[in-house]
Amino acid sequence: MSDLRDLYQELILDHNRRPRNFGPLAEANRSAKGINPLCGDKVTVHLQVEDGQVKDIRFEGTGCAISIASASVMTESLKRQTREDAVSLFERFHRMVAPADGVESDPPDMGKLAAFAGVRDYPARVKCATLAWHALRAALDGKEKAVSTE
Amino acid sequence: MNVKQLKTTEQKRPEGCLDVTRVREDFPVLCQTVHGKPLVYLDNAATAQKPRAVIRRVAEYYETENSNIHRGVHWLSETATRAYEGTRTAVRQFLNAAEEREIVFVRGTTEAINLVARCYGGARLQAGDEVVISAMEHHSNIVPWQLICQEKGAVLRVIPVDDHGDIVMDEYHRLLGPRTRMVALPHVSNALGTVNPIKQMIADAHGAGVPVLVDGAQGVPHTRVDVQDLDCDFYAFSSHKLYGPTGVGVLYGKASLLEEMPPYQGGGDMILSVSFEETEYNVLPYKFEAGTPNIAGVIGLGAAVEYINALGIEAVASHEDRVVAYAAERLASVPGVRLVGTPGRRASLVSFVLGDVHAHDIGTILDQEGIAVRTGHHCAMPVMERFGVPATVRASFACYNVEAEVDALADGLEKAWRLFRGV
Ligand SMILES: Cc1ncc(COP(=O)(O)O)c(C=O)c1O
Repeated sequence: MSDLRDLYQELILDHNRRPRNFGPLAEANRSAKGINPLCGDKVTVHLQVEDGQVKDIRFEGTGCAISIASASVMTESLKRQTREDAVSLFERFHRMVAPADGVESDPPDMGKLAAFAGVRDYPARVKCATLAWHALRAALDGKEKAVSTE
Repeated sequence: MNVKQLKTTEQKRPEGCLDVTRVREDFPVLCQTVHGKPLVYLDNAATAQKPRAVIRRVAEYYETENSNIHRGVHWLSETATRAYEGTRTAVRQFLNAAEEREIVFVRGTTEAINLVARCYGGARLQAGDEVVISAMEHHSNIVPWQLICQEKGAVLRVIPVDDHGDIVMDEYHRLLGPRTRMVALPHVSNALGTVNPIKQMIADAHGAGVPVLVDGAQGVPHTRVDVQDLDCDFYAFSSHKLYGPTGVGVLYGKASLLEEMPPYQGGGDMILSVSFEETEYNVLPYKFEAGTPNIAGVIGLGAAVEYINALGIEAVASHEDRVVAYAAERLASVPGVRLVGTPGRRASLVSFVLGDVHAHDIGTILDQEGIAVRTGHHCAMPVMERFGVPATVRASFACYNVEAEVDALADGLEKAWRLFRGV
């Protein structure tokens, strides 16, 4: 079985301890909340989108180390990205943590997000890793209601 | 885990004490390894494992008796009906109910409570009436009442719990007022392990002329329940937490109350005669058992009750009490652990947090050690809110758990603590 350290990499533990871009965003023009009903994790993503570009992004919420670190690294990765880049990054991230048909792939250009590759050995935790991303997607789509991982 | 390697404190086993080594051999699931480690199953409050006797009985039904009940004159149907009704007799005896017609088979505790909320609450509640529950309910003893209260314009009142996780009795007495129509309480809290003084609380409610439903999902597996002695009006439990199959539960109700309640669902078996103008309902308990029930499940529950009877529920309870007391003490000494719920009387489980490490992360780390615990809000979000935690880790025990498994849990927690502390 895979080593726990593959899951709880130093980068993840660090972002869990000191989440980046954490808190409200005064200039936000879109926000969406993601809820994982299984464990009660809640993450709200605030976006300031201008001209199809993520000008600023912050998040708030409570959750396990995987979901908080994932949200934190996500916000770092998305600043100044276009909407399309953000969606495409989510798709690659999703493929990395939940490989379709069990075909493992390490998509290129994942940067720090690559630290979450270990999640794929823990299927129960995929929802934690993608919670903030689902909220991001909902915020980009302008959805008002909380999205659920279920 | 090979139990022979486990140090149980069973060298000299006094009379009436559980032979846990033997008991473990009755549960096929326990002899597995998970991630290369012996399985340590501490999620019994979610569902208990099944002894071979139950598994075999369900298979035997399908292999030799399968047929619909109460419908055929043929031999198979009569045999199946006898087995199904045999469980009713066994459950009646197990709960010491006065009559078999007071035992209604449903899908589980959840359905039992919904049935009472809908049929009893639906017929009785009026605008401004009050239903009293506690701050330590499972969602299934909150939402059904919320639904019916909303529909009727009634009000849900909540008895607070103190910092130990015990019900504040003075507040309870204060809440019992002229508009109280129903009290619904958990026998044992699934999130805190609190054993509530339900006998006293029932007497108090009756003093105010109010009937009481007891959510016994976590009560029945861990303590002797005598519904006549408790004098409860309704008592609900799930087969699957009592070593029986999933999809079956029991609603005990006093016959006088069940009689006056309208049916829950309409369909086959719950009628005496049907025409398009009028339907005459069947007698108790069939009035509440519409449609083909979970026959195999009910028969399996009968085998589970028989199994418990053979062990002796008192012997099971005293064994579990010892293990759970050891767990509360041992875990409290693990660095970072804080128990959530330190009730005056505890049964079945210990709920805790480990520093600010999220329960979900602990669950994953323990799983790698072969240890199954529940992490999350345990379908009791108001309890989490009350204790200011998003989630807890819950270790819950059954007749087959031993102290060595508590030690394995403690070791796993120390490992998690080291990982997150970076030491
Ligand atoms: C106290 C309590 N009440 C009700 C339930 C609901 O039981 P079930 O899901 O079997 O209907 C549970 C189990 O999860 C419980 O622990």
